[in-house]
Amino acid sequence: MAKKKSSASEVEQAQVDAGENAIFNKETEGLSQSQIVFRRFVRHRAAMIAVIVLFSIITLVYTALDWRIGSKEDPYIIPGWWKYNFEDMPPLLFEDCPGGSVGCPTIDAIPFLDGDGVKMGEHPFGQDDIGRDYFALVMRGAQRSLLVMFIIGLIAATLGTVIGAVAGYFRGWVDAILMRLVDFIITIPVIIIGSVIGYHYGNKGAAFLAVLLGFFAWTGLSRLVRGEFLTLREREFVDAARVAGASNRRVIFKHILPNAIGVIIVSVTLLMSGAILLETALSFLGFGVTAPDVSLGLLISTYQDAFTTRPWLFWYPGLFIIAIALCINFIGDGLRDAFDPRQRRRLTRKDKENARMMKNRSEVAS
Amino acid sequence: MLAYVMRRIGALFIILFGSSFLLFNLAALSTDPIAELRLSDAPNKEQLIVSLTRELRLDLPAPVRYFIWLRGVLGVFVGNPNFGLTREQEPVINAISGAIPVTIRLVFVATIVAIVLGISLGITSALRQYTRFDYGMTFFAFLLYSLPIFWVAVLLKQYLAIDFNDFLVNATISPPWIIFFSAATGFFWAAIFSGTRKRVVQIFIGVFIANSLLLTAISATKWFAYPRLGPIAIAILGVGIALGVTYLSVGLQATAAVKTSLMMAGFGTISYFPAQAVLNSDRPRLGLLVLFVVLVAVSVAGSYVFSRIDRGPIIRTSLITSTLIGLLILVDRLMQAWRPFVESDDVNYRPVATIGQSTIWLSEVPFWVRVLDQVMHLILPTIALTLISFAGYIRFSRGTLLDVLNQDYIRTARAKGLNERTVIMRHAFRNTMIPLTTIMVADFAGIVGGAIITERVFAWQGMGTLFNKAIVSFDLNLLMGVSIFLSTLAILANLVADLLYSALDPRIRVGAGK
Repeated sequence: MAKKKSSASEVEQAQVDAGENAIFNKETEGLSQSQIVFRRFVRHRAAMIAVIVLFSIITLVYTALDWRIGSKEDPYIIPGWWKYNFEDMPPLLFEDCPGGSVGCPTIDAIPFLDGDGVKMGEHPFGQDDIGRDYFALVMRGAQRSLLVMFIIGLIAATLGTVIGAVAGYFRGWVDAILMRLVDFIITIPVIIIGSVIGYHYGNKGAAFLAVLLGFFAWTGLSRLVRGEFLTLREREFVDAARVAGASNRRVIFKHILPNAIGVIIVSVTLLMSGAILLETALSFLGFGVTAPDVSLGLLISTYQDAFTTRPWLFWYPGLFIIAIALCINFIGDGLRDAFDPRQRRRLTRKDKENARMMKNRSEVAS
Repeated sequence: MLAYVMRRIGALFIILFGSSFLLFNLAALSTDPIAELRLSDAPNKEQLIVSLTRELRLDLPAPVRYFIWLRGVLGVFVGNPNFGLTREQEPVINAISGAIPVTIRLVFVATIVAIVLGISLGITSALRQYTRFDYGMTFFAFLLYSLPIFWVAVLLKQYLAIDFNDFLVNATISPPWIIFFSAATGFFWAAIFSGTRKRVVQIFIGVFIANSLLLTAISATKWFAYPRLGPIAIAILGVGIALGVTYLSVGLQATAAVKTSLMMAGFGTISYFPAQAVLNSDRPRLGLLVLFVVLVAVSVAGSYVFSRIDRGPIIRTSLITSTLIGLLILVDRLMQAWRPFVESDDVNYRPVATIGQSTIWLSEVPFWVRVLDQVMHLILPTIALTLISFAGYIRFSRGTLLDVLNQDYIRTARAKGLNERTVIMRHAFRNTMIPLTTIMVADFAGIVGGAIITERVFAWQGMGTLFNKAIVSFDLNLLMGVSIFLSTLAILANLVADLLYSALDPRIRVGAGK
C-alpha cells in the first residue's frame, strides 16, 4: 500500500516538474540569450547585494577626496566632500582615547543605543602617527587598489582573450608557440614575477605597476579561452559562417567569441579579485606601491605592529580589502550561475503553486 | 605510458628553460645592483663599482649572463651542479637546501588539515544543498577567498597567541564564553543534521548541554593549564573513533568490522601503558615507529581473526582506527611534556609562539619538549595557511559531489536498494575524489608560493625569506635558485596530477590520441 502511494506521489512530482519546465520555458519565451542571462543575474540575490555594495564603495571612495588634475604646482582641483586630503596634516588629537593612545577614531555608527546618533566626527577612522586623517588615507588606498584591480582586469582580459582566441582558432604552430609562452609565464609563481617587477617599478606609481602586472596576469584566462575556441570552432554554425564567406576575424569576433563570453566574464571577475589581493600582498611585502603613495596593503604593513595599541589603523584598510574582494567574488559567482545553462533558479512557493495549477488545468483539459 | 612520461619530462626541461630565461632577463632588466653604490659617498666609489661589475659580470648583456648561469645549473647532469654564489658568497644550493625542510614542514601540515577539513565541510555542504548550512558554507568560503593572508596572520597573532596565552595564566573559561561556545557548536551541528524543526531544536539543546558540561569541567579542572588525556579518555575516544570510522567506511551492520575496530580500541588503550615506557626511552623516534608497527600488525591480524570473507574493507577500517588511536597516544605524550615546556625559562608561560620556527633553547631540554615546542610554533602559520587554502577545497568538493550525485550510476546504485551511506561513501565519494586528488597535488605546489607571505609575517627562515632577501639585495643567483625550485615543483606536481588522474580514472588514458 505504502509503495503504491509513493509511486502515485512520484507521478504527481513528475507532473509538477513538467509544470515547472513550462514555467521556465514561458519565462524565457521571446528573450535573447543576453536578456535571459541578465534576468538570471538580477535574480541572484547575493550577487545583486554585492553589486550594490561595490557601487557604494566605489562612489564613496572616489568622491570623498579632492581630485587634482594637471601640474603639481598649479593643479585644477575638483573638490571632494571630505574636508581633509590624504596629504594634509591636521594636529594630532589626544582627547578621550582608550588606553592613553592617540588619534583614535571618532566614528559613531551605532544609532540609538548610546544616545547620540550616527556621526562622523573630526577623524572617523582616527589619525596615523603624524596626524594624517586616516579616513582620507584609507579612501586614497582604496582608490589605488580599485584602480590596480581594474587595470589588471582590463589588460589581462584583452590579452588573454585575444591570445587564447588566436591560439584556439588557428591551431598549428601559432597555437604551439603561444601556448609555450603561456607555459613559460604560468610556471613562475605570480608573487615572484610581481615582486621582481614591483620592487623596481613600484615607485613609479600604482597605475604603471598595474599595467606591468597586467602583462603577466593573462595566462590562465588565455588557456580557458583557447579551450573554448577549440570546441566551438568545430561547430556547425562556424562552418556555416565560413562557407558564407566570413573572414577569420569576423568568425572569431562575431561568431565564436559571443559564445565564449560567459567563460571569459566569469574568469575575469575572479582574476580581478585575485588582482586586488596580489596588489595588497605585494605592497605589504614592500614590493608594490611605495610611500608617499598610499595603498591598503601598505597601510596594513606600516601599522601591523600598532595592532595592540591602535587596532583601528589595522582594521579599516583590511575591511575595505575584504569588502571589495568579497563583492567581486559574489558577482563572479552570480555571473557563473547566470551563464550556466544547466543552472536553474530555485522555485519559490508561488511558482510551485502556479505549476500545480497548470498541472490541474492540463488534467481537466485531458 | 612510458613514452608519455618521457615526453612530459622532455617538455618539463623546455618549459624550465623558457621560464627561467624569461625570469632571469626580467629580473636583470628591472634590478640595478649598482644604483645604491652610485648614490653612496664612499671615497673608493669608482673602485667599488668596478669590482662589483666584475663580480656580477655586469659588463655582459643579460642573456649572455643567463647562459653562464645555465652552464653551471646544467652540471646537474654530470653530478656537479653550480647554482652560483649568493651575494654573501655562500653557495645558493646550500642556502636553498637549508630552507626547503622549513617550508615543507610549514606547508605539509597546512595542506593536510586543509584537505581533510575542506573536503568534509564541502561534502556535508553538498549533501545539504540549499539549506542554511549550505548557504553559510558558501559565504564562509567566499569570505576566506577574500581574506588577505597577512591580515589574518596579524589577527591570529593577537587573538590566538597573545590572548590565549593570557587566558592560560588561570585557564578558567567565564560563563558567557561557555554559553557562546556551546551555542555556536549547537547551531553548527543542528544545521548539519537539519530535519524537522523539532529535531533541529532537540539536537541544538542536546549539543548545547553536552558542550556546556564539557567546557565547565574543562574550566573547573584547569585542563588547558594541565592538559592530559590519560587511559580513560583514550578508551572513550577510542570507542568513539572505532564506531565512527566503521560507520563511515562499512556501516555498523557489518558486525565483523565493528568487532575488529572495537578490539583495536581496547588494544590501543592497553598499549597505552607499554607505550609510555617505549616513548620515554632514549630512542623516542624508534619507539614511536615500534608503536605504530605493532598497532598496524595487530589490526591486520585482528581483521583475519574476526572475518572470513571480504577482508579488505575490514582491514582498512581497523587500520584507520588504530592509526587514529596511535595519534591519540602521541598527543597524550606531547601533553605530558606541556608543564615542563611551559615552565621552562625560555618559554616562560607564553606557549603559543608568534614568531620563529622553534625556541632557541638556552638549556638542554628533553626530546618531547623540543617536539612540543615545534608544534606550538607551527600552530599559527598553519592556521593562517589552512584558512586561506581550504576555501578552495570546500567549493570544489561541493561542486564535484553535486555533479557526481546527478550521474546515472548513482541513480542505479539507489535503484538497486543500497542504503544512503553506501551510495554516498562507496559510489559518490570515491568518484568525487578523482578530480580532487589532482587538485590537491597541484595545490601543494601553489601553497609553497603562498608560504612566502606567511613566512614573512611569522618570521620563518624558509624559502620565502630567501626570496625576500634575493629581491631586496638584487641577488640574481639566489632568486633564480628559489624560482627554479618552485617552478620544477609546480611542473612535477602537474605531471603527477595527470598521471594520478589516469591511474584513478580508467576512462582517461594519458598519451592517447596524440
